[in-house]
Amino acid sequence: MAKHHVTTTVNREPVELLCDPSATLLDVLRDELGLIGSKEGCGSGDCGACSVLMDGRLVCACLVLAAEATGHEITTIEGIADGNKLHTLQQQFLEDAALQCGICTPGFIVAAKALLDRNPDPTETEVRFWLAGNLCRCTGYDKIVRAVMNAAAKMREEAVHG
Amino acid sequence: MNAVEYAKPQSIDDAIRCLTNAPVGARVLAGGTDLLVQLRAGVVRPPLIVDLKGIAELRRIESTADGFRIGAAVAGAELSEHAEFSSQWPGITEAFNLIGSTQIQGRATLGGNLCNGSPAADSVPALIAAGVRCIVVGPSGSREMAVEDVVTAPGKTVLTTGEFISQFLIPARAAHSGDAYLRFIPRTEMDIAVASAGVCLTLNAAGVCTAARVSLGAVAPRALLVAACADALIGSTLDDAAMAKLAAAASAACAPINDKRGTIEFRTKVAGVLARRAVTIAAQRARGN
Ligand code: FES
Ligand code: FES
Repeated sequence: MAKHHVTTTVNREPVELLCDPSATLLDVLRDELGLIGSKEGCGSGDCGACSVLMDGRLVCACLVLAAEATGHEITTIEGIADGNKLHTLQQQFLEDAALQCGICTPGFIVAAKALLDRNPDPTETEVRFWLAGNLCRCTGYDKIVRAVMNAAAKMREEAVHG
Repeated sequence: MNAVEYAKPQSIDDAIRCLTNAPVGARVLAGGTDLLVQLRAGVVRPPLIVDLKGIAELRRIESTADGFRIGAAVAGAELSEHAEFSSQWPGITEAFNLIGSTQIQGRATLGGNLCNGSPAADSVPALIAAGVRCIVVGPSGSREMAVEDVVTAPGKTVLTTGEFISQFLIPARAAHSGDAYLRFIPRTEMDIAVASAGVCLTLNAAGVCTAARVSLGAVAPRALLVAACADALIGSTLDDAAMAKLAAAASAACAPINDKRGTIEFRTKVAGVLARRAVTIAAQRARGN
C-alpha cells in the first residue's frame, strides 16, 4: 500500500510524515507523533474526545483523514498551554474540579477554547449547545460548564487589565 | 480501513478524470462525516478516495444577481456564518445548525448531506422548500437539476460514475417571502429527525399566500416535495381551514418506516403538525420581509 506524504503544522511546528492514506488525523497524532492527549472515545464523531482545531475550526480528529491535514494548521490539547504556564481554561478546570477520570477533558478544553476564541462572553445556554458534541461519563457536565463560564470571565478580565 | 489511495484534484476536470479512471467503488470525500464512519465500520472499502476540497469552486460562497452560488463542499457552519445568506434564508440556516455537533457542523457539507441520501437529512427539506437547484458535473458534461430530483432511495442518487455535485444555486428570496424548517427528535439536540418539514412561502399585501413549497423529511424513502400541501396554502390567508388542509395533505403524503424512534402513526401525525408550525414561522418571516 503506497504511503501518503503529509506536510502540515501541528501546534505551530512544521510536521512531515508518511502515513497510510486511510489513516485518520487522530491515528497519526497519537501513533506517529506521540501526541496522546487527544483521546479516541468512539472513532465515529459521537463523543468529541478527539477534538482538535483545524485552522482554528473545531473538528473531530477521528473524522479527518491525516492526508487532509496537508497545508492546514492543527492545534491539539498539547498546544493550548503557553510552555509550562497552563491556559486559563486548563487552570480553571483544575480549580473547579471539572474532571474526574479525565478522558473527556482534552476534548472539552479544546472545544471550549474554540468557543471563547469566537465568543468571549457566551451565555450558559450557548456553552451547553456548543459543547453538546463532547460527552462526559463522569461529571454530569455542571462543573464543566461552570469552569468554562468562570474561565471566560477571567479571560475577559485579563483582556481588560492585561 | 482499507482504502488504498487518496487524491486531491485541484479542478473539476481533474476530479472527473480521477473518478472516471478509478477502479470500481471509488468514493468522493467532502466533509467526511459520513464516509469516515463507513470506512471505520468496514461498510465501504473504496480503492480510491477523491477529496473534493481542493477545488476552488466547490469551496466558495458567491452572492450573484440571482441569489447565491454555493460550493458543494462548503460546510454547514461556513454557510451559517455568512451573514447575508443566513439573514435571507433563516430556514436553511436553522436546518444546517441542527446537523450534529459543533464539530460535525464545521465539516459536514451541503453536497454530502444531500448525496449521503439519508431520508432524514436535515438540510434537504429546507433546500427543497427554497427551490434550490444544483449543478451536477461529470464525464458527459454538466447538468442542472432540482434538489428533490437527486436522491432516489435511501443512500441512492441519480449520479452516475464520475459525477458529483459542484454547486448549489439558491435563489434570491422573493419579496414578502420567508422560509422555516422544523424537525421532531426525542431530545433537544444531537439526534436524527423522526419527522421534519421545510416551508417557503410568499404573501401579498392582503396577506394572501401567492406561492408556497412544502417539503417533508424522514417520512418516506426520500425527502418529498408535497404539491398538495402547497395547494392547500396558495390562495388562502393561512386561516384555520387552510392549515387543517395543509396538515391533512402532509400526513397523506407520508409513507414512513416503523421503528423504535417513531411509529408510522406517530410520524404521519407529527409531519402534519410540523408542517403547520413551520408555515406559521415562515409566514411571520414573510410579513417582516
Ligand atoms: S473519538 Fe472522535 S468523536 Fe469520539
Ligand atoms: S471526566 Fe470522565 S468522562 Fe469526563
